[in-house]
Formats: sequence, structure tokens, C-alpha cells
Amino acid sequence: MSGRVLVGVKRVIDYAVKIRVKPDHSGVVTDGVKHSMNPFCEIAVEEAVKLKEKKLMKEVVVVSCGPQQSQETIRTALAMGADRGIHVEVSGKDYETLGPLQVSKILAALAKKEDAQLIILGKQAIDDDCNQTGQMTAALLDWPQGTFASEVSLEKDGIKVVREIDGGLETIKISTPAVLTADLRLNTPRYATLPNIMKAKKKKIANVKPADLGVDLTSRLEVLRVDEPPQRQAGMKVETVDDLVSKLKDAGKV
Amino acid sequence: MANPLRGEVFRLYKNLLYLGREYPKGAAYFRERLKSAFMKNKDETDPEKIRALVAKGDFVIHELQALYYLRKYRAMKKRYYEE
Repeated sequence: MSGRVLVGVKRVIDYAVKIRVKPDHSGVVTDGVKHSMNPFCEIAVEEAVKLKEKKLMKEVVVVSCGPQQSQETIRTALAMGADRGIHVEVSGKDYETLGPLQVSKILAALAKKEDAQLIILGKQAIDDDCNQTGQMTAALLDWPQGTFASEVSLEKDGIKVVREIDGGLETIKISTPAVLTADLRLNTPRYATLPNIMKAKKKKIANVKPADLGVDLTSRLEVLRVDEPPQRQAGMKVETVDDLVSKLKDAGKV
Repeated sequence: MANPLRGEVFRLYKNLLYLGREYPKGAAYFRERLKSAFMKNKDETDPEKIRALVAKGDFVIHELQALYYLRKYRAMKKRYYEE
């Protein structure tokens, strides 16, 4: 099987950063905050590059939708081994309301335009935790989907996907073209070291506008309010087991 | 410093500095220790010893990558998967 893999990557606030809610509760503070590639997107890129290294796929094209800074995320993916990038420029108000529905429309349009045989995405983004983009993209393209993939093998008559589900593991076989979403245990992403980043500077990143793809970015969602999770109550220390039991009884837990 | 190895040493320093940006205790902390570690050996002239030190530096690069990966993996596992 040889073909083109389209990998979607998202620029999110770095996983290790302590998130702060804006004073007006309209969202989260993003100015001056460290951003990086979504961890599940890293796993998706790694899988695509692995497929190319095994010569099962011909080309890895990485896509990101967002403002100028999204190009950094694309560069990281190029440093991990992707061949070229596509930056779909979305900024300002459009970017604030950009969600899985709009991104999946963009990806579907790009998949047709680039003639992709496989789309690999992270299962969800760590900032919005939607877990929808892969599924919506598959639906828009009428392609089968292998979501929460922890193991992927390309075979003559399709793709075998082992999925991580609540009850354990489910193995399915889907035909191509298809959409896959990467789960945590799919692979170990390689680090984009400085020499690789330097080499990746030669790779091309094309600039595209959503209008060029005929995609309407209007959102059907409105964020009303963003709050921090409730503060953890302080714990209490007790001296004896009897104390513990009586405290539990008081709290109605026993 | 032996001339051909000069490039190696600089390359190692730049790579480590780049990796240090993500260090859990902070990039400044890392840079201080990186600089003093390199300065400690700045008078070394034996090419064999320099190569050994560079190899040690490469090993540190691998250790850091493993540290970063494990840290991220454990954070994701804790956040998204029921224990």
C-alpha cells in the first residue's frame, strides 16, 4: 500500500503549565503562556512517520489550523519526520470559536484536495478535551474510523486497529481510506532535537485560507463561562481508628 | 581544545541547551549547571578524553529525552485513564 497520510496537529497550552482562568471568566489565559504540540498529536505524527519509514506510506503531510504561531507546531512535526506542512490560517475571533466541527470540515476538504489515503489525528486535545474531530472528519468523508488506536497494522485488505475501550481492547478491521485517532499507548514519539529542527527548515509549509477550501467557520457554540475546578478541601488528621470511624459516621459516609 | 573536536563540543552544548528549555526545574537552573559542567573541563586537551566527555554528553541527551517522555506519559495517564 502506498499513499499519502494527512496528520492533523494542534497547538495547545503546554501540558505542564498551570492553567489560569481569566478574571472575566471568558476563557483561559493564553498570552505569554508556553504552548506546544498536543501530546496525542505527537503520537499521531510518530505513527505516520513510522508508516513512511516502513515504506507503507509514501508521504506524510502535516496540517494545523490556527494563527501564525501554529507554524511552530508544524515545524516540530516536520522535525519529527513529516515531509511537508499545510498551515490553514485562522486568527482572531474565528480562532477563538474554532472547534472540531470547523476543523473536521477543513481536514475533509484537504483530504480530498491532497488525495490522502489515511488521516491520523490525536484522540483529543488537552485543552478542550472534545474527542470529536476524528469522528466528525470520518463522517464528513464517509470513511471508516479506527479511534483510540493503541495498535495499527496495515494489511493487504485493510487496516487492523486495536482500540482501547472501557472494557479492554477491541480489534477491528477497516477498509481504506480511513481516519485513525491515536491513543496514549500507540507509540513513543521521538523528540524533535535541534539538528532535526534545523534540517526541517528546508521543508515547505504551504499557506491556505479556510475560504480557499470552501469552509464556513461559523460556530454553533457559544462559551458562556469558564470556571476553575472547585478547590480541594483540606484533609483532617485523626489520632485513632475510632476517631476516623466517628468522623466518617458524622459525614454520613458510613 | 583540539580543533576538529571544537565543533563537536559546541554542537553538544547547543543541543543540550535546546533540550534544557523544557527542564522541570527551569531553563535557567539547567543552563547554569550546563555551563559550569562544560567550564569544569575547558582545559582538557587529550582528544580521547574529550571524545569520552562528548559521549557522556550524548548520553545525558538521551536521559533527558527519556525523562521528558516519561513525565509527559505519566501526566497523560494520570489525567485521562482511571487507575
